[in-house]
Amino acid sequence: MTHMDLEKTQKTIKMYLVVGVSLLVFTVITVAVNQVHLAVPAAITVALIIATMKGSMVASVFMHLSHERKWIYGALLLTVVFFIVLMSVPLFTQMDNIGTPMGASNPSHAEPPRH
Amino acid sequence: MNIPYTVEERPDTGLANGKLGIWLFLASEVMLFGALFSTYIILRVGAPEWPHGELNVWLGAINTVILICSSVTMVMAWVNLKLNDWGKHRLYLIATFVLAGIFLVNKYFEYASHLTRGEGPWHSTFLAIYFTLTGLHGLHIIGGMIVMGYFIGPGASLWKRNPEQFANRIEYTGLYWHFVDLVWIFLFPVLYLL
Repeated sequence: MTHMDLEKTQKTIKMYLVVGVSLLVFTVITVAVNQVHLAVPAAITVALIIATMKGSMVASVFMHLSHERKWIYGALLLTVVFFIVLMSVPLFTQMDNIGTPMGASNPSHAEPPRH
Repeated sequence: MNIPYTVEERPDTGLANGKLGIWLFLASEVMLFGALFSTYIILRVGAPEWPHGELNVWLGAINTVILICSSVTMVMAWVNLKLNDWGKHRLYLIATFVLAGIFLVNKYFEYASHLTRGEGPWHSTFLAIYFTLTGLHGLHIIGGMIVMGYFIGPGASLWKRNPEQFANRIEYTGLYWHFVDLVWIFLFPVLYLL
């Protein structure tokens, strides 16, 4: 291994450690925010934003997605498209009013029966 | 018979076959977990009320820390192979294996505390999706441990015969392991915090 390669590898190792520590810090932040007891929509938004940031760091640095070949990007782009379709299914389910009488509310939002 | 493109890159894809293979496998895994996350959303949105505070947040947080540390040790195991440091590679791979084992032990205690109170998957919709998601994730942890165990044990001899192929195999194992970590990064807030 040349001196240049060694220097590059040592930089890479440093980056792995920095990302590892950042992930731990973000985990602490996630738990700390949870202790504040935010309203549910705000809590969901904050938690998912932090999780997405952590996920991006794992994918781009640990899984080397920041510098991969186009075939891998192509496969993942296709996966993202289908993943979005999959995540849209609950939305379509909520919007589906077929079989519901005009003016009536969506059965999934109906109040539970009281006993 | 010699299997082509295990080390050298294919001229058309610019990748070794194993690397494209593991990424296609991970793409299918995204869809598998995606289907379950989608199910979670449907169940949660449709439920008249959703329980909070049923799970031990600290146990979940500790498991998150364990998996993050295991991701770091896994990538260090690979990079030390690239540096030709077999001893450190072994150390980091064994550390990853042990951390995975600790994760499962924690999960066992978590499951046991629920089941002894009669809170199995049949108890509520929340626990049904909780056991399904974490159970499938746990199976992936076990799968990763089997692969790592192979490379710690009988599979390690490949390093002497073909070091580049061995390094590639460790890289693919690492990609799988980071994916398992990535899934947990989303499972933790979705199940334990929200």
